[in-house]
Parts: sequence; C-alpha cells; structure tokens
Amino acid sequence: MSDTFHLDGVEVKFEHGQTVLQAALAAGKYIPHLCYHPEFKPHGSCKLCTVKIGSRTAASCTMPAETGLEIESGIEELNALRRTLVQMLFAEGNHFCPSCEKSGNCMLQALGYDLEVHTAGFRHQYPDRPLDASHPDILLDFNRCILCELCVRASGEVDGKNVFALSGRGATKHLIVNAASGQLKDTDIALGDKAMQVCPVGVILKKRIGFSIPIGERRYDQRPISAQALDDAPRKPAGAKP
Amino acid sequence: MSEKKKLRVATTSLAGCFGCHMSFLDIDERLLTLLELVEFDRSPITDIKHCGPCDIGLIEGGICNVENVHVLREFRKNCKILIAIGSCAITGGLPAQRNHLDLGSCLTEVYLTEPGLAHGHIPNDPELPLPLDKVHPLHEVVKIDYFIPGCPPSGDAIWKFLTDLIAGKTPELGHGLIKYD
Repeated sequence: MSDTFHLDGVEVKFEHGQTVLQAALAAGKYIPHLCYHPEFKPHGSCKLCTVKIGSRTAASCTMPAETGLEIESGIEELNALRRTLVQMLFAEGNHFCPSCEKSGNCMLQALGYDLEVHTAGFRHQYPDRPLDASHPDILLDFNRCILCELCVRASGEVDGKNVFALSGRGATKHLIVNAASGQLKDTDIALGDKAMQVCPVGVILKKRIGFSIPIGERRYDQRPISAQALDDAPRKPAGAKP
Repeated sequence: MSEKKKLRVATTSLAGCFGCHMSFLDIDERLLTLLELVEFDRSPITDIKHCGPCDIGLIEGGICNVENVHVLREFRKNCKILIAIGSCAITGGLPAQRNHLDLGSCLTEVYLTEPGLAHGHIPNDPELPLPLDKVHPLHEVVKIDYFIPGCPPSGDAIWKFLTDLIAGKTPELGHGLIKYD
C-alpha cells in the first residue's frame, strides 16, 4: 500500500522523501511554482507554490508529503495571493517584457498569463541596476532578477564554479558575480554551464541569439505554463511499479 | 421602438506610440459591429479635442509630461469606466526606461553633448508641456478600472475585452490573448 495525501480532493500517491509539490507534479497535478526546479533541492523562497493544509499555509515545494494530508491548491483564495506575489515581483524589478529577449520563454511572465495578471497594480520601483555586458558571449541583465538563486545553486552545486551569489539583506538583496572586478568576464563561466540554463527570467542571456525565435512563437506562446510544467516533472518510466 | 442608446467611448494616446490605436483598428470589419453598439467621443478617430461624459475611456501610453496628467484627469472625470491599454499605460513601458536616469542629464546628453540634434539648446518653447522627472503608469495617477496588457494587445484581445465588457461580463483574456510583449 502506498502512502497518499489529498490534493483538492483527489488522492495523490507519494514516496517517502518527496515534498508535496514533487509528489503532485509526478502524479500529473499542477501547483503553480516559480523558484522550484526539478533538478535542484527545493528552496521555498518565491512562495508561489503555497498551498493550504487545514487552516495553515505552507510552501508545497519544501513541505514534506505526509500520509493523510488534506491539501487545497486550486482555490481562488490562493490564486489571489499568488497573483499578488507575481505583481510584487513585476513592480520590484524592471520587467519591460516588450524589449526582453526572454519574453515568451519567461516563467514569471507565463505565470502572469496563467493567473490572468493584467497589471502589477503596485507602484513600480524602477530600480537602477546596470547591465554586465563584459563577457564576450554572455549578457547579464540584473533588471529582471527575482532572487530565486537557481543560478547560484547551479553554478555551485553542478558547475562547481560559484560564479554567482546573493549579497545584501532584505530590500537591498541583489545578485552579484564572484570576481574581484565584479564582472562576468573575470569568471570562468562557460556557455555549456548549468548556470546558463536555469534562469527562469531574462537575467542570464546568451549573446547574439536574442530574437532568432520570433516573439509569438516561443515556449509559453504555444501552451500555458500550467500545461508544460508537468512535461518537465520527473516521472517514473512507463510500467514501473507504483 | 426606440433604438438602444449607444455607449459613448473616448480614446487617447499619452506617452505612447499610437501602436495600441493601430491595433484597435486591427479589429477590422468588426469595427462596423462595434459602431452599432458605441459612438466615439474624444478620439483620434473623431478629432474631438475634449472629452465629454462617456461610458468607456481607453487610454494608451503612460504619463511623461504635465499635459498627459491633465488629459488623464479629464478622462477620469468624464469616463465611468477607464481602461489602460498596452504596456506603456500599464507599466510605463519603453518611455519609463529612462526612470533610473536623471532627467536633466538625459536632456543634456540628447540636446547639448550629443552632436547632430537641435541647435545646442534644450527646447523650452512655452507650448511644449514640461516633462516629469519620472514616467508613470496610469494607475499611479488616477484610479484605473481595467487593464489590457500587450505591446500592443492584439486586435483580437481588444475585441474580446470590449465585447465582454459591453455584454456586462467580467472581461477575461485567457491564453493566447493575454500577452505582455
């Protein structure tokens, strides 16, 4: 007998060690999420994946799955909170989608689409965050950083290079490059690095490919993120024992 | 039998490029259907200069100068429902990409230090509206009731939004019509 919990009234099987989000995605049930990446240890920072367990809320990406949990996710109360989180992220950075190379492939934008976010609503902060175009092949546009730390983790845990780090606290927290000059050209980052592949928004960009795939024909232009997240989730091979 | 009263609609472009108005015209022959339901007040389509009492106001572009503020307030005063249309109206858009720079140094660079433009002075004709130090989205200045994102939103998105609204439904765009780019 496998262990199960209920997600929006539907039984979901899980394996010990899985978090609620991991088990849900593996079972083909979508919970909106942003800073979670299936290949990395869950981080729990963006809170988009917040679910309700009884009267409490928890980030489903870090919440260990337990037998008998009654979990709510797809309810308007939570989607309204998720909408507000997306709005705050948009107001906090400089997210000018029409001039962003990542537009159409951006998870933040795709979540905005899925949650029907029509406006950031809040007062935009328009922070001053200069670009780093020092590297011959890679552009860093800090204006779009949402502090998910995926590049930090990928560079440290997979590439073994520790090219990126977060510096500062609270509202002053920001992404930095680990080099005496602070510039990307003085690191050993390479185009094949995992850190090049994980940015959910448009911060870490390969130069000279910007609009080779036209706007309107990109990943989340095709299908909503809620449909595609399940494609990325690790699943058991067909025929494997439950 | 009396004809159903048409809704009165006003439109304008503030710190925008008129791209949203062009997209509005992209509803093509559906304009004729729309004209059975609405009539235009102040709009580039009618060339009426000031907005009278309206049911719906559509505003493209953000707020980058003093005149924009006056026009926006005129619309808010006269329109029962005010809709921000397009990225500039909703986020400040491309003009707002000057917001992290000092306005004085922007003008100095464009008109004084860069070669080729004007005749070595910052334009100061009294007819020119004074620029604001920052570009603002509409909702930071007046209450906005609805937002149609996109740069520009497609004709289909504008059509879906307006027809939902005119039919008395909460407008929804859904995948494919909601775009920020």
